[in-house]
Amino acid sequence: MALSINLTVNGEAVTKTVEPTCLLVDFLRDDLQLTGTHVGCDTSQCGACTIHLDGQPVKACTILAVQADGAEILTIEGLAPEGELHPMQAAFAQHHGLQCGFCTPGMVMTGIGIARQHPDADEATIRRELEGNLCRCTGYQNIVKAVAAGTRLMTDSES
Amino acid sequence: MSDQSMAPDTASLCDPIHGGVAQPITHDSAHKHVAGAAFYVDDLPEPQDMLHLYAAQSPHAHARITSMNLDAVRQASGVVAVITAADIPGHNQIGAVFKDEPLLADGEVFYNGHPVFVVAAKSIEQARAAAALAKIDYEVLPAILGIKDAHEAQSYLEPPQSMGRGDVKTALNRAPHRLSGHLSVNGQDHFYLEGQVSLAIPGEDGDVHVYSSTQHPSELQHLVAEVLGVASHSVTVEVRRMGGGFGGKESQAAIFAALAAVAAKRTGRAAKFRLDRDDDMIITGKRHEAEIAYDVSFDTDGRIDGIRFEQFIKCGYAADLSLAVSDRAMFHADNAYYLPNVEIKSFRCRTNTVSNTAFRGFGGPQGVIGIERVMDAIALHLGLDALQVRKANLYGGPGRDVTPYHQQVTDNVIPEIIGALEKETDYAKRRAAVKAFNAAHRWQKKGLALTPVKFGISFTTKHLNQAGALVHVYSDGSVHLNHGGTEMGQGLMVKVAQVVAEEFQIDVDRVKVTATHTGKVPNTSATAASSGSDLNGMAAQAAARTIKERLVDFIAESRGLPKDQIRFQSNKVFIGNDFVTFDDLVHEAYLARISLSSTGFYKTPDIHYDRDSHTGRPFYYFAYGAALSEVVIDVLTGESRVLAVDILHDVGRSLNPAVDLGQIEGGFIQGMGWLTTEELVSDAEGRLRTHAPSTYKIPVASDRPDAFNITLFSNTNREATIHRSKAVGEPPFMLAVSVHSALLDAVASLGDGTQLPPLDAPATPEAILRAVEAVTAQNERGDG
Ligand code: FES
Ligand code: FES
Repeated sequence: MALSINLTVNGEAVTKTVEPTCLLVDFLRDDLQLTGTHVGCDTSQCGACTIHLDGQPVKACTILAVQADGAEILTIEGLAPEGELHPMQAAFAQHHGLQCGFCTPGMVMTGIGIARQHPDADEATIRRELEGNLCRCTGYQNIVKAVAAGTRLMTDSES
Repeated sequence: MSDQSMAPDTASLCDPIHGGVAQPITHDSAHKHVAGAAFYVDDLPEPQDMLHLYAAQSPHAHARITSMNLDAVRQASGVVAVITAADIPGHNQIGAVFKDEPLLADGEVFYNGHPVFVVAAKSIEQARAAAALAKIDYEVLPAILGIKDAHEAQSYLEPPQSMGRGDVKTALNRAPHRLSGHLSVNGQDHFYLEGQVSLAIPGEDGDVHVYSSTQHPSELQHLVAEVLGVASHSVTVEVRRMGGGFGGKESQAAIFAALAAVAAKRTGRAAKFRLDRDDDMIITGKRHEAEIAYDVSFDTDGRIDGIRFEQFIKCGYAADLSLAVSDRAMFHADNAYYLPNVEIKSFRCRTNTVSNTAFRGFGGPQGVIGIERVMDAIALHLGLDALQVRKANLYGGPGRDVTPYHQQVTDNVIPEIIGALEKETDYAKRRAAVKAFNAAHRWQKKGLALTPVKFGISFTTKHLNQAGALVHVYSDGSVHLNHGGTEMGQGLMVKVAQVVAEEFQIDVDRVKVTATHTGKVPNTSATAASSGSDLNGMAAQAAARTIKERLVDFIAESRGLPKDQIRFQSNKVFIGNDFVTFDDLVHEAYLARISLSSTGFYKTPDIHYDRDSHTGRPFYYFAYGAALSEVVIDVLTGESRVLAVDILHDVGRSLNPAVDLGQIEGGFIQGMGWLTTEELVSDAEGRLRTHAPSTYKIPVASDRPDAFNITLFSNTNREATIHRSKAVGEPPFMLAVSVHSALLDAVASLGDGTQLPPLDAPATPEAILRAVEAVTAQNERGDG
């Protein structure tokens, strides 16, 4: 039995009917064509599907779409609606924080969460906080650099 | 720019182009990746009525299918088609080299997880639910699950192979010291973050267009055609990018592409086969598990006189690429060391397990870790520092420069690299500090190891060393670049674009990188063997040069000037004392009816190999590197941590230092995972129990060494490779052997300094603890 949900996705109001078993990540990817949110493990381990739900980074593969009813969702596509990159996005691009890029959207979304929670995060904190996001290509060096740089940019632009 | 004829006031006209070779520019898709706008196969808009596929898997490692009733599957909700071996229109065969790999099990299953039939349904949930309704009876047959059983049963893919030179027997018997031992090395899952996926779209004439996450579009095209029973020209394969490959999408992608194509052809609807992580890990091949035994003789300096290796390689149920992988393990049994009298025997074990496949290093890592263990064993036996023993054995000048396969090493820089790294890192001081730490700490022990890498570059199957490219220059001066290489994150596309930008002397953003497409460049080789930029860079350069030559001819003729007065530079073409922009010249040439499109082709020169005798020059050149790793272990828990890593690595003249550094770093960490935390575990039924990241642990951000310094060794390729660069994809993976060796060093510090701990790979906490216990038990018995 399909249920109707109302939520905000990337600043736009969305009303849709979904199956109660529909995962949020499938809802975003299949119903809204927001395919920048990737699925790497299907089981809440890799972080490729990280999005923001009411401002908090969460893994969209382990949340039902109906649980997002009434919530505000931000996906990677919503970070730079005007085209100019969000500071965290810009930092990833500039610091070579990606190779195949598959983990990147999730990394960026998690990175923003880290920056908000730890505006003066040191390297060890960033590394610890990134443990829920797997990358098989980079070895994390440049990802950590990017999160650090993005955090500085975000803190600077907010102060 | 160093042109003398240039008047000083034109200097600003000659600013270097953006993105020429050697510039550390970002990945061509970086902006799209951070914006979530880079499409992978699963992100493409889904055609209407598209079907989702699910493969039902065998629950036995080896069994005969006595009956199969799929009626309930067919009748289940949402199911549109069910495909069994009998429904394959062409050959039910997916073997890349040998025809021993049925696409779907046909009467017999050969590994636990073997796809038996495929359900095509309106949703993946429906396909999966329907598959569970099958009634299949199996008669369980004896299964060979491990290397030992395979060897005992002489279950091999081909007769044991042997490579060598000199008189091993005499050398083993005459030297003052002799040792033997063995090492078990586990396999490794690729864990590309994007799982295997293919989307097949039926077209007119029964043609099929396949979007696949594959490193080998051409082979996939040919295999899909054979499976469909059509000519290759009826199948088009396209791949823009993969979310990682590492060898796991060289041959393995064909399984899913072929099944999607069969479903598409059968139903007339688009069909997508996307594996979830667990199925991906169960169904697809991995790095080969290996057992390596050695028997070695040496002098009092630890210098090897004779050595015999036996390499047992677990290939799985079918050949796939295993013979070439096993060959490469033999080719790298010497790593960077001269072995005067050597024999390498290789047993290619056929087992009832998933068919193992290419994985970064392609057998090389197994060869390398074997000889590095020998170095450690010799050092411990003689009570010498392992670095001293390694240095005593390195390849050198004439007399010490021939490999076990009789190729002369002419580009050896390993003594320089090791020397520089030793000096740079103050090795002696670090060694003393580790000793002092170990003396002061009872429950924590540090270890240190500096190991080299020498890696042969070329496909060892000669005909694969060829590549094609297609370059169009449009009349506005923008460039469309296509070649046979595929992008999996390694930065191939940006490197080749830099080569073309350099050739035309235009900014790299004027060069559009396009999806690899079998309709544009045919009969390509896999993007593998680290050869992507070597081969495709040369082919693209050749294509660009052809167009450039036409432009030069056109100018010379139309302006009546000698060709040597025409020069491409800084987005312009300088003609005598004058210049035009590249774009204007191109437009002019177009109006003058000059062809602005060309193919380019390249084949690696001077390589040859005789597989029967295992001799020749299989490699065009070697890439070198060395790493120093420092680790600490907890003696009570077996936990370990990599504290510091220093790497000096040779990429020749780098095409893009930022990309190359990324490859070195990523390769090292992946190698570290293989040797420390990544453990494949199967049960007595041959069922993989570690089929998700919850049980299979790849490195995370916090596993990375606290200090991690990577320096590119300043070198230029002696061979005429693309801009004298060297391949970089695989060699750094083997630098991680230094981590394993350092862990061994840490455990060995618990003994009297001469005991070799029985530490296998991966060095998980359990493995370290076992080794610790073995050494301490020996201590207590006083028989060290
Ligand atoms: S797909 Fe959600 S965490 Fe991996
Ligand atoms: S860049 Fe490939 S997984 Fe992170």
